[in-house]
Amino acid sequence: MTFTNMLNITSSPALSVLIWIVLLLLALYFARRPFHRAVMSFSKIIQNALRFTAASVLSAEKRLVKRNREVMMAAGLENAERIVEREFDRISAAVTRDLEGYPNVHRQLSELITKLDEDYNSSADVPPSLPNWMPIIESIAKIKHTGDSMVANMLAEINRSLTEQNRKAIEDYRNSTAARHSILSKMMPFWRKVEKFLDRIDRSIISIKKRSKTVDRYMDEYEKIRSGSDKAARALSTSAMTQFAIAGLVLLIAIGGAIINFNLIALPMSEMVGGASYIGSFKTSDVAGLVIILVELTMGLFLMESLRITRLFPIIGAMDDKMRHRMIIVTFTLLAILAGVESALAFMRDRIAHDMEALRQTLAGAEQIALNPSVIPTVGQMVMGFILPFALAFVAIPLEMFVASSRTVLGALAAWLLRMLAFLLRLLGNVGFYAGRFIINVYDLAIFPTIWLEGVILGSRAKKAGISEAERPDDSPLVEEAVDAYEGTLKIKEPQE
Amino acid sequence: MKKFFAIAIVFCILIAGCTDTKSRSTGVYMLLDTSGTYAVELTKAQKILNYLLGVLAPGDTLAVARIDTGSFSEKDIVAKITFDDRPSVANNQKRAFMNQVDTFVRSVKGSPYTDISGGILQAIEYLNEAGSGKKYILIFSDLKEELAKGYKRDLPFQLPDFNVIALNVTKLRGDNIDPKEYMARVEDWRGKVEKGGGDWGMINDLERLDNIFSN
Repeated sequence: MTFTNMLNITSSPALSVLIWIVLLLLALYFARRPFHRAVMSFSKIIQNALRFTAASVLSAEKRLVKRNREVMMAAGLENAERIVEREFDRISAAVTRDLEGYPNVHRQLSELITKLDEDYNSSADVPPSLPNWMPIIESIAKIKHTGDSMVANMLAEINRSLTEQNRKAIEDYRNSTAARHSILSKMMPFWRKVEKFLDRIDRSIISIKKRSKTVDRYMDEYEKIRSGSDKAARALSTSAMTQFAIAGLVLLIAIGGAIINFNLIALPMSEMVGGASYIGSFKTSDVAGLVIILVELTMGLFLMESLRITRLFPIIGAMDDKMRHRMIIVTFTLLAILAGVESALAFMRDRIAHDMEALRQTLAGAEQIALNPSVIPTVGQMVMGFILPFALAFVAIPLEMFVASSRTVLGALAAWLLRMLAFLLRLLGNVGFYAGRFIINVYDLAIFPTIWLEGVILGSRAKKAGISEAERPDDSPLVEEAVDAYEGTLKIKEPQE
Repeated sequence: MKKFFAIAIVFCILIAGCTDTKSRSTGVYMLLDTSGTYAVELTKAQKILNYLLGVLAPGDTLAVARIDTGSFSEKDIVAKITFDDRPSVANNQKRAFMNQVDTFVRSVKGSPYTDISGGILQAIEYLNEAGSGKKYILIFSDLKEELAKGYKRDLPFQLPDFNVIALNVTKLRGDNIDPKEYMARVEDWRGKVEKGGGDWGMINDLERLDNIFSN
C-alpha cells in the first residue's frame, strides 16, 4: 500500500490522515504495556550487566590493592631489615675493632697503674732522720761549763759535730725531696697515657651508644611496617613513587652515557668485524659494539651483587665470602679489561676519523695539508672510553631501585585504571537504565491523547465505583510495576558489590 | 658436557639463522663517454667519481668503463674495485682508485663511435656478477649513440632492480636548433630502461649529485 493509497481510504485526505492517526494511536496504546516491558527489560539487562562487570572489576581492583600493599610491605620490610642489618654490621665492626685491642689496652693500663703505684710509693718515702743520740749530745752541749778549758773544748767539739750533723741532715733531706719530685714529674706522661686510653674507650662507647640509638629508630620503623599500619603504607608508597622518579631519571642519564659509549666504539668495531656484514637489519659492527656495552653492564651488575650493594641476584649474595671475593676480583678484572679495550677502540676511532678526513680532503681536491692534530681529543676519547664502563657499572643501583619501585608504582597505576573502568561501567549502566526510562516517557508523550482518554474513562468509572481521587493511581500500573521491579533488583545486587 | 655442546650447537644455529644473507651493498658502474665531442667533459666525470668514492662504504662495488666504438667488452673497464670490509683498507683502495682514474683521464683518446648500449649490457653483466643489493648504472654522456657499421645492439635490456642515471647530458648543436631532438633522445633512453624494468633518472646539475642515491 502506497502513501497515496493510504490517503485515499476516504474521499477527504484530511479525514484519511485523521483516521490513520487514530488507528496508530490505538495500536500504540494497546502495545504500550509490552513496549514498556521490553524497553525496561532491555535497559535492566544493560544496567545489571554493566553493574555486574563493574563489581567484578572493583573486586579485582581490591585484590590488586591488597597485593600491592603486601608487595610494598614486603619490600619495606626487606629494606628495613637491610638497614638494620647494616647498622648491626657497623656496630659489630666497631665492637670487634675496639674489643680486639681491649686486652692490650687493659694490660697497658695495668702496667701503667703498677708503675704509678710504685712511683707513688717511692715518692712517699720519709726523709732521713737525725741519729738517736742527737738529743743526748744536745743535752750535754747545753751544760754550763765553769771555765775549764777541757770541758770547753769538749763542748765546742760537741757543738761542731752537732752543727755538722745538722747540715748533713738538711742536705740529705733536700736530696730526698728532690728525688721524690723527680719521681712525681716522671709520673706525668703515664697519667697522660692513662687519660688517652680512657678517652679512646669513652669514644668507642659513645659511638656504640649512637649506633644503638639509630638501630632503635630503624627497629621502630620496622615494627611499624610489620604491624601493617596505614601510616607506614602511605610512607612506603610515597617513598616508592620518589624512588621510581629518581631511578628513572638516573637510568635515562645512564642510557645517554651508553649511547655516547656506543658511538665511541661502533666505528672501530667495523675495523674488527667488518663493516659490510649484517645481523638481521643491523650492522654486525653495531651489534658487536652493543654487545660489548651490554657485557660491561652485566659485569657491573655482577660486581655490585658481589659487593652486596644490590640484591637482584640472590644466588650471588648467598655465596660464601671466599667465593664472593673471587667473583669480585673476576668481575672487576673483566670490567677493567673491557675498559682497556674500549680505550683502545676510542684511540682507533680517532685514527680512522682522521684518515677519513684526509681522504675527504683528497677527494675534494684540497691541498694536502700536513695535519698535526692535537693529542688532547685523542686522550680525551681514550679516557672517556676507559671511564664510561666503570660509570655504567653503577647503573645496577638505580636499576634495582627502579625494578623494586616499579612494582608498587605500576600496581598503583593498574589499580587506578581498574577504579576508573569500574566507574565508567557504572556510569554506562545508569545511562542505559535512564535511557530506557526516557524512551518510555517519549513513547507516552507520543500517545498522550489515548492516555488522557484512559484517565478520563478511569476517572468516571472510579466516580461510579465511589473511589476518591486521592486513592486513584497517578500513572498506569504498568510503569510502577516496572520501576518497582528494577529497584527490587538493585536491592538484591547492592549487597553483592 | 654433552648438554653444553647441544646448547652451543643450538646457539650457533640461531646466530647463523639471524645472519642476513640479503646483500645490502651498493654497486655502481659508471660509463664515461670518450667520443670526440664529449671527451673534454671528462674532468667533470672525475668530480663525480670523487663524490662516489666519498659516499660509498666498505663492501660496496665501483667500476668505471669507457664508452667507445665497441663497449660490450671487459677491456673497456678502466678501473673496478669492491671495497674491503675494513674502513682503513677501503680508504687506501679509494686513494688507489682515484689515482687510476686520474691516469686514465689524462691519457684518454677520443673514440669515433659511441656504443652506449654495449656499455649498459656490460654494466648489467658486471653488477649482476658482483651481487650488489642496490645497482646503479651512471651514464656520463650526451646520450647520442653512434654505432659503427656491423655492430648490432637491438636486444632489450634486462634491468630489474637497476637504477640507470644519465649525468651531464649536454645539449648538442642540433638540440639547440630543435630541442625536440634532445627530448626525443632522452625519452628514447628512458623508454629502453623502463621497458627493461629499470628506474630512469637524469642529473645535469652536478651540484645535486646526492640525488643519485635518493632512490
